[in-house]
Amino acid sequence: MCDTQAPRSCKWFALSHYHRTVHVPDGFIDAPTSVATGVVAAAAVAVSLRGARRELDERTAPLAGLVAAFIFAVQMLNFPVAAGTSGHLLGGALAAILVGPCTGVLVISVVLLMQGILFADGGLTALGVNITCMGIVTVLVAYGLFRGLVKILPRTRRSVTAASFVAALVSVPASALVFTALYAVGGTTDVSIGKVATAMVGVHILIGVGEAAITALTVGAVIAVRPDLVYGARDLRQRLRLRVNGELVDAPAAEPAVPVAARSPRRIWAVGLVTSLVLAGFVSFYASADPDGLEKVAADKGIDEKVEEHAAADSPLADYGVKDVENARLSGGLAGVIGVGVTVVAGTGVFWAVRRRRTAEGADASDASPASTSV
Amino acid sequence: MGTGHAHKLYRHGHSPVHALPPHTKLAAVFAFVIVVVSTPREAMWAFGLYAVLLAVVACVARVPAGFLLKRLLIEVPFVAFAVLMPFVAEGERVEVLGMSLSLSGLWGAWNVLAKGTLGVAASVLLASTTELRALLLGLQRLKLPPLLVQIASFMIRYGDVITDEMRRMRIARESRGFDARGLRHWGVLGKSAGALFIRSYERGERVHLAMVSRGYAGSMPVIDEVTASRAQWSYALALPFAALVVCLLGWSL
Amino acid sequence: MVAVTDAVTDVTPSPSLEVAGLAFAYPDGHQALFGVDFSVARGERVALLGPNGAGKTTLVLHLNGILTGGTGTVKVAGLPVGRQHMAEIRRRVGIVFQDPDDQLFMPTVREDVAFGPAAAGLKGPELEERVDRALVQVGMAEFKDRPPHHLSFGQRRRVAVATVLAMEPEILVLDEPSSNLDPASRRELADILRSLDVTVLMVTHDLPYALELCPRSLVLSEGVIAADGKTGELLSDEELMRAHRLELPFGFDPRSVVGEGA
Repeated sequence: MCDTQAPRSCKWFALSHYHRTVHVPDGFIDAPTSVATGVVAAAAVAVSLRGARRELDERTAPLAGLVAAFIFAVQMLNFPVAAGTSGHLLGGALAAILVGPCTGVLVISVVLLMQGILFADGGLTALGVNITCMGIVTVLVAYGLFRGLVKILPRTRRSVTAASFVAALVSVPASALVFTALYAVGGTTDVSIGKVATAMVGVHILIGVGEAAITALTVGAVIAVRPDLVYGARDLRQRLRLRVNGELVDAPAAEPAVPVAARSPRRIWAVGLVTSLVLAGFVSFYASADPDGLEKVAADKGIDEKVEEHAAADSPLADYGVKDVENARLSGGLAGVIGVGVTVVAGTGVFWAVRRRRTAEGADASDASPASTSV
Repeated sequence: MGTGHAHKLYRHGHSPVHALPPHTKLAAVFAFVIVVVSTPREAMWAFGLYAVLLAVVACVARVPAGFLLKRLLIEVPFVAFAVLMPFVAEGERVEVLGMSLSLSGLWGAWNVLAKGTLGVAASVLLASTTELRALLLGLQRLKLPPLLVQIASFMIRYGDVITDEMRRMRIARESRGFDARGLRHWGVLGKSAGALFIRSYERGERVHLAMVSRGYAGSMPVIDEVTASRAQWSYALALPFAALVVCLLGWSL
Repeated sequence: MVAVTDAVTDVTPSPSLEVAGLAFAYPDGHQALFGVDFSVARGERVALLGPNGAGKTTLVLHLNGILTGGTGTVKVAGLPVGRQHMAEIRRRVGIVFQDPDDQLFMPTVREDVAFGPAAAGLKGPELEERVDRALVQVGMAEFKDRPPHHLSFGQRRRVAVATVLAMEPEILVLDEPSSNLDPASRRELADILRSLDVTVLMVTHDLPYALELCPRSLVLSEGVIAADGKTGELLSDEELMRAHRLELPFGFDPRSVVGEGA
């Protein structure tokens, strides 16, 4: 999955490269954080399962499977970034735009689960971390941005492609940021947070460009041939007119239009997000109270003070350094909140903006969409 | 939703491990990995014992060591990362062969390597003794939500379709002298991705229509009931239980 | 389910299939059907003829509710195709698709044939009995435990027919049943279809096969039924055939054949 052509001394390349290609393995993030992210991931999957019932109909169910297989496959298609490294798609943006945000989260979760079971790519106990970073964050950020942009831009297919580009571009560094936050909370090795953040975000902006290109081109290609397969472009569809015996007759709408489908999942999303935020914050706040293995060794060997001074002094984000238990708890909880917070800010912020716009257009939107699903 | 033929990770066989119901194996692997991950990394001998446990399973399953080791190569990129850790990490330094290495980095590298390798090995054993379709049935029986199982089933089916299409398209690309290198080629790769998507979808869509026409409504009908006896459960769970004992010893010693 | 039983036990049986005013356009704007009307009585064998692109496959996908959303109605044995009866409709309408590889997706012939009835809730010995009977009907009983992709093309098509027969459908819909078959397999399939006691709608542009098997034919052209009559008479009407791009094989004269359709 990964071709390390020149790892050499580029420490941060190696780090991000590693995260990018092989997902987070077992033992990389400590147990409390793994559990906390596991809870967040499970909550998000549960919420998505509810929401997905509205997004998927009989004909689009296999589409979700295809998107999963596609992401699985395209993750093997490395594209060159710079300096001898190559990255691959995260796929969250693509999934959200093609099959909808709830199904998108499910798709990424399934990909990660199957990679874990079949290819041992990404640890089973790190599933929560992987789903949170690569599924939830990318899908929320990307879909939020996408909807916002589609609302603002003219209603054309080209706008959909452009919006996909931007959404995918931003979703990748956002994912990297959340990973960094999780690493700050629960990393089992004390590489300084500054290094991790620089490495992750820096490289991921580059990778984001590649992700954006592939996402936009895929969405563009699909929308040109089978616009019915692009969830994010559902309200672009023209109303059907049927010619019956030479006369033009208005066809009844075959699909529920977006406002109907989107309203209540959005509320569920908000609830889910707040719950995740609270859970992640609290769980990591208390979880960090237990010294992890490293601190235990350090304490056993009586070298803790030296180590910790060193760590704290060296890092530009020294606040995250572990000075004592109290501080660790606080910073742990803080970072947990930051992790989900990025999601909340980027995701729900845009949701609200979109929703406000939509209430303004509510009148014509609602009469344009008689809801009758007939499959 | 069988693809008609076994997947490449699967090794056909009739060992006792092959014969176990898939959901017991899945549960055992999950439990095992959780136990391994929660073992303190200082208890190096514990990881040795875990490896021995897995070796015993591999023996019983008649999975040859060579096969297992080859499949373990998947973790090479992350071994490379682990090797870098002692150089990158902060903390007290130790001198090894004239290099200044971080102690915490060494511990971190060991931690990731040991736990990661054991996790990979467990998954490899699971995949090589269980057919894909059985794995899906197992997940279904472990009460994974049907929608997720459905997506996974379609994913696996489409996997074959996509890899076929991908190979054909890559051959077509390369036979025209294209080699992806640098920024300028992203466009070509992206366009192939789009075409790949449509081609794969339309191939799989027909199969899905045939399934729907025969009453498929989201979950695979149960044709042969798979049940696990108490003996089979205890057989499968012997692995995580043995590991748990090791783990508890690791914490108390 | 009450409505279902009523429809089945009705004293004067409704036709197996009734299509009225059916029109449909795909989401990309391409319109395939422009108001299709016809009905097929119980026990009839009818051929649906038409050139490529006439809307045959689109029409077939309406018969069991895979495509909906246009105007018009489809009724199967009196039961309207619609959301509330979908499971029952799918059980009653058995579609054999053109490519058997699309239809056979399970690891063994047995599991493939069992798929439909099992989805309808059958299990145990009852399920096994259905599978055996369907396989006997198509003469494939001894291949029960073989993987479908190890069979010849003709055998796969027969298994595909069995997968549908196992659901005991009201009407059997075959999409191009004779395509890619060698003459012997073609003959065997024709014998099997003749031996079955179900209503058959055969979508094809294999005109001799239609003449051989179906007394009555419909011509679908440009999204409407352009002709409906005895197969022999339709095939002999040169002007009609030319107008709808239907061509008989070289040297084939429908008037010289004494088939069921003549």
